[in-house]
Amino acid sequence: MSRAVTALNRFGLGARPDERMPADPERWLRRQFEEFDPRPSEFDGVATRTAIAAELADWYAYRRQERQGEGAMAPASGRNERAVAFGESGKRMYREMVGARLESALNDDAPFVERLVHFWANHFAVSGDNSALLRFAGLLEFEAIRPHVLGRFANMLLAVEQHPAMLLYLDQMQSIGPNSMFGARAAGRGRERGLNENLGREILELHSLGVDGGYDQADVTELSRALTGWTVGGLGRGPGQRFVDSESRPGDFVFLPQLHEPGSRRLLGRAYPEAGVGQARSMLADLAAHPSTANHVATKLARHFAGDDPPAALVQRLVRAYRESDGSLPEIYQALIDSRELWVETPLKFKSPWEWSVSAMRALDQTRFRQGIAGFSRQLGQAVWQPRSPAGFPDSDAHWLGSDALMRRVDGAQRLVARAQNPADPRQLAAALFGERMSAQTLQAISRAESPGQGLALLLVSPEFLWR
Amino acid sequence: MIDRRAFLSFAGLGLATLIMPRMALARAATEKRFVLVIQRGAADGLSTVIPSGDPGFASVRGALAEDAEGGTALGEFFTLHPALANTASLYRDRQALFVQAVASGYRERSHFDGQNVLETAGTGPYRLADGWLNRFLGLLPPQDNEAIGLASAVPAVLRGSAAVSSYAPSNLPDANSDLLLRVADMYERDPVLHPLWSDALETSEMAGDFSGNLRNGETLGTLAARLLSGPGAARIAVLETGGWDTHRNQRGGLARNLGRLDATIGALRDGLGTVWRDTLVIVATEFGRTVAPNGTGGTDHGTGSVAMLMGGAVAGGRVVADWPGLRNADLFEGRDLRPTQSIYGVIGGALAAHFGIDQGRVMRTAFPVAERGAAMEGLVRV
Repeated sequence: MSRAVTALNRFGLGARPDERMPADPERWLRRQFEEFDPRPSEFDGVATRTAIAAELADWYAYRRQERQGEGAMAPASGRNERAVAFGESGKRMYREMVGARLESALNDDAPFVERLVHFWANHFAVSGDNSALLRFAGLLEFEAIRPHVLGRFANMLLAVEQHPAMLLYLDQMQSIGPNSMFGARAAGRGRERGLNENLGREILELHSLGVDGGYDQADVTELSRALTGWTVGGLGRGPGQRFVDSESRPGDFVFLPQLHEPGSRRLLGRAYPEAGVGQARSMLADLAAHPSTANHVATKLARHFAGDDPPAALVQRLVRAYRESDGSLPEIYQALIDSRELWVETPLKFKSPWEWSVSAMRALDQTRFRQGIAGFSRQLGQAVWQPRSPAGFPDSDAHWLGSDALMRRVDGAQRLVARAQNPADPRQLAAALFGERMSAQTLQAISRAESPGQGLALLLVSPEFLWR
Repeated sequence: MIDRRAFLSFAGLGLATLIMPRMALARAATEKRFVLVIQRGAADGLSTVIPSGDPGFASVRGALAEDAEGGTALGEFFTLHPALANTASLYRDRQALFVQAVASGYRERSHFDGQNVLETAGTGPYRLADGWLNRFLGLLPPQDNEAIGLASAVPAVLRGSAAVSSYAPSNLPDANSDLLLRVADMYERDPVLHPLWSDALETSEMAGDFSGNLRNGETLGTLAARLLSGPGAARIAVLETGGWDTHRNQRGGLARNLGRLDATIGALRDGLGTVWRDTLVIVATEFGRTVAPNGTGGTDHGTGSVAMLMGGAVAGGRVVADWPGLRNADLFEGRDLRPTQSIYGVIGGALAAHFGIDQGRVMRTAFPVAERGAAMEGLVRV
């Protein structure tokens, strides 16, 4: 039973009371590679990128018109209504997407893979801090992470960097080759338009090599130059939009040669001849194959599962799996499953608010929280897809383990218990979820509770439940 | 059911042992307060304390040079950004001082590494596990070393062996007091959770039923003032502000953000009342931004920036700078303001004078390994 508890909590997202303890925990984890559904029915209702792009284009057009006809337009109250409706629609889409994410994590049969989806979405973090990203941020996870979570790292990297959410978030849409057709014309008219190195830098620092991965400022600039021309069509905004082919769907990735900095580039000592969109693609492929990337990715994965200071041997094993398989992700996950270090009984990691919320709702046998989970996560200090930093939420105990954070979990536990339908007996639930792992101190606190509800709340904030 | 605030302020039952010792120790010894405001994301010091008198200024800054219009003249050479109205009035009252061209020892351009170095004062990112402010706490007498981070999690600068707490208001319904007490029982023997929980109970009592969004500048200042006033209050607070990473369309975004910071400072001054006299506020960022604008109306990651010192304790009304210049040859790596002053020298010098502790001890303890330069003299009235 003990290994099953580890599999369910450390690798998975916590047990459900009705879930039978897997007899062969390793096999249970491996089988999830076949059972994982990249697009389960929970996602049926969420907005598509075409619909989002159309709504944004509409809104920008309205705002432009409004600016041009200042005063001559509808009365101020009409304008406000439109703005309020636009704001509300964005929040609704966002809540719907967070709800879908949660429900797939609550109800699907592959919680280990769902955990990995959340891990990668945080590795390739975007932050929904404005009206466009609020709508697009979740789609990056659904469209670029989920389809590739069991594929190769190189493919996930490319899908992410070509996703509208990333291109918008790291200002790639604004970046223009100074010597491109568009850049030269703008300069001729005395308007300075040029390079923005935000995406180029974060690809190297955060997405692939890692900050000590052996690149310098010149590499950042060269990658940024190669990336010019990578943009999103159909938003009705952004330089060079008139060049976008009318065939392309709104919200899709497009390459605009008119914005692309011409010439061959040099990245990490290697030459890349001019190849249009292919130039930066080749760079991304080489970055994915770079030993520093293997090291960076392996270290982050090890930290996620084995704690803030993962054993060096574990990291090395993951690096080897990455390099020997050409970055095939299931091979790396298999190396995690095969690592003795991850099967120890002592807890290795303090759960993030998201992990805690999902495991708490699984323990309470809940299947839905579509409207409430976005606000709930925000109150716990981890607003989904809004880390306000391209580095994502820190994956460290020190970040989440604070006195205030603890108070919020106690408040949150009480709220979750209050909305649970048929609350279980907390003593039986504790035994079903953790078996022998429950300490006498926790069991005593639970069994002395004044009500089953209070006992459940205590179970959810017990040390056993807070750590994994 | 009594609510938890009421319950805690009675403090008569089993919980008394948990919260009484600290309250009992609190006495009106020194009234010194220190507030650190971290600008996360690399704030543009050149648009904050603007070197409008530099001969190269207008041409190299392009459209960003317009930030100086309508700003407050800080002597002949510098201009304060117009969004900083409270700050300007503090400057006129000689309670604000700016140090230009400062930086930590970090010379790369990653936010996350840069912030880590700013906060830990290691020789590189992640070389030291504890923050300089936590190490500094060890130099203060026990009744004067209560420190709090206004965030859900403790910021790196405050992490370390000295006990600190963190707080941010929440809109979740409060858990009832009986549950809180039972949680305390359950954690009693847990070496990690027990001290955290004791702090959580104490702080939630101090803050009262405060609710609000800490991204609102004024709210942040008001809450900080509340946690820093009254008996048993914290003496040291760390505030975090974000949104400084202005890669595009910098002018509007930066003005809004500076306005927010200025509102925080104003609310802090008003909320602290007479305690403001004994208060030192330092505003610092991980590094500056490029001198020239980029292709999208913004600036990219740079090096030298500005540090701001405010409060009744500050010997203000001036800008301190060993000005490096803005000509191409003057710039660090041909793109950034060259730093001429260590941020640690500024902080260490100010803290030593403010708390009346030997300068050498402060520098050795808080900044044991960083290339820190000499402690700067005369920043604080003593």
